[in-house]
Amino acid sequence: MKVLKGLYYSNDHEWVKVEGDEAFVGITDFAQEHLGDIVYVELPEIDDEFAKEDSFSVVESVKAASDVYLPVSGKVIAVNEALEDDPALLNTDAYENWIVKIALNDKAELDELMTSEEYEKFLEEEA
Amino acid sequence: MYPYIPNTPQDEQEMLKAIELNSMEQLFEDISEQVHLTKPLNIPDSKSELEVSSYLKDLADKNRSVSELACFLGAGAYDHYIPSVINAITSRSEFYTSYTPYQPEISQGTLQYIFEYQTLISNLTGMDLANASLYDGGTAIAEAALMACSYSRKDEIIVSAGVNPESRQILKTYAHAQNLIVTEVETKDGVTDAEKLKSLVSDKTAAVIVQNPNFFGVIEDLKDLAEITHKVRKASFVASVEPISLALLKKPGELDVDIVVGEAQPFGMPLQFGGPYLGFIAVKKDYMRKLPGRIVGETTDLDGKRSFVLTLSAREQHIRREKATSNICSNQGLNALAASVYMVTMGKEGLKEVAEQCVQKAHYAFNELTKSGKYKPLFDKPFFMEFALTSEAGVDEINKALLEEKIIGGYDLGNYYPQYKKASLYAVTEKRTKEEIDKLTRVLEEVK
Repeated sequence: MKVLKGLYYSNDHEWVKVEGDEAFVGITDFAQEHLGDIVYVELPEIDDEFAKEDSFSVVESVKAASDVYLPVSGKVIAVNEALEDDPALLNTDAYENWIVKIALNDKAELDELMTSEEYEKFLEEEA
Repeated sequence: MYPYIPNTPQDEQEMLKAIELNSMEQLFEDISEQVHLTKPLNIPDSKSELEVSSYLKDLADKNRSVSELACFLGAGAYDHYIPSVINAITSRSEFYTSYTPYQPEISQGTLQYIFEYQTLISNLTGMDLANASLYDGGTAIAEAALMACSYSRKDEIIVSAGVNPESRQILKTYAHAQNLIVTEVETKDGVTDAEKLKSLVSDKTAAVIVQNPNFFGVIEDLKDLAEITHKVRKASFVASVEPISLALLKKPGELDVDIVVGEAQPFGMPLQFGGPYLGFIAVKKDYMRKLPGRIVGETTDLDGKRSFVLTLSAREQHIRREKATSNICSNQGLNALAASVYMVTMGKEGLKEVAEQCVQKAHYAFNELTKSGKYKPLFDKPFFMEFALTSEAGVDEINKALLEEKIIGGYDLGNYYPQYKKASLYAVTEKRTKEEIDKLTRVLEEVK
């Protein structure tokens, strides 16, 4: 299972990649592997604001529909529209294909997330 | 043989023997004697089949039905002609007894007719897709409201007072449980008050719901109301429509309606004491992932042959649990079949003829009834097959006089609209004859 260094991770298997006061958010390789073939991604709208742990997207696979939660609070500044035409991009590479880009409300919230090492450990314990 | 119980004393002995008991008393010995019934049950003696069926017939004959009376009552349920082919097909055991089609490999027949039903409803309404049906027209309105809220992530619904009052009650019940806010927009001269609507819509509006023809039978300006609604971002314009009227009126799909719902009872279903009826819902493609209930899709099997499956199931409760768009886990299969058979039996031309006859007969009745001046039109607006008249006489007295002449009179609008006391809403379907309409006119003229 691929875990990239330098990203923040949540218990719900989302990743956050910080760039200044902004961040990309997506689902982890573990998440896409467990969902199976992804057939639809419901995207939020630009300017939508979410609190920490709000559901901001729904990823639908052939066997389940799962809410995706925002690990930190923020405002949507971009959505990955490529996922509308080809949702399977999340299966191809879950880290390359982000779901939303947000403006971070409070960078201190990042401290509550896991580092890549901690997430690897978390996955081992989950298994 | 015992009365009411099919087992003989001999059967009883054999069953006791099998469980190694000697008597019935022994079987019930754990039950305190205090509560034993020591006398015969207080019910009449058993009757023969002949006696039972004539007793039940006597009871049934106390009902007054549209097979005996000329019905001018509508207000949401209509006495249309039902071609005999419908019952012949829907009563086939392959349809009549089949269970919900979870397993496509054994349910191709059921799935195919539902797929065809969806196609027919989509074509009729001019929308991109329809689901496999909902319980009835009232719950379909509530489902449309929930869908619009989920789609927009807003929670305010505006509903026209021209929508069937009972449907509005259903909507409010659903809304109460989901913490949605329902506001009513009044009608003016028999149609939704567009100016009032303009003042009510806001950024918080998730949906505007109207009915066409509305509860008073009057035709609404859907295009204008849609335009007012769409000034708000992500607000859905919902129209509850009467399906037979769609053969003549412009399709909702061409009038910028986002969600079309309605009651399909007029499509081959008897009045049957208020149900079961058939709700339909059809939407623009944007709403596909929010559409409640079953959807049947077309695919190909391993051999490349055309086949059908339940599709887009991730919207539904058995997968998405409490996050599903709706709690509905079923559809009105047999009624959807009746509607499908009705639509294909009538065809485009047949349906148009039914609608034209309704319009012409309703307008003939309107002209005859208003001729003497004793009955006045409540509204001066174009109508389809229902219209409201007022007079000095009370609706109860009028309807009592009509019933004596084997006529079911109009709906008392005062029931739900206190401002329209002494107003009757008459419905005239293609089934009503000139003689029946003339008789209605004559009896109404005689009412004191």
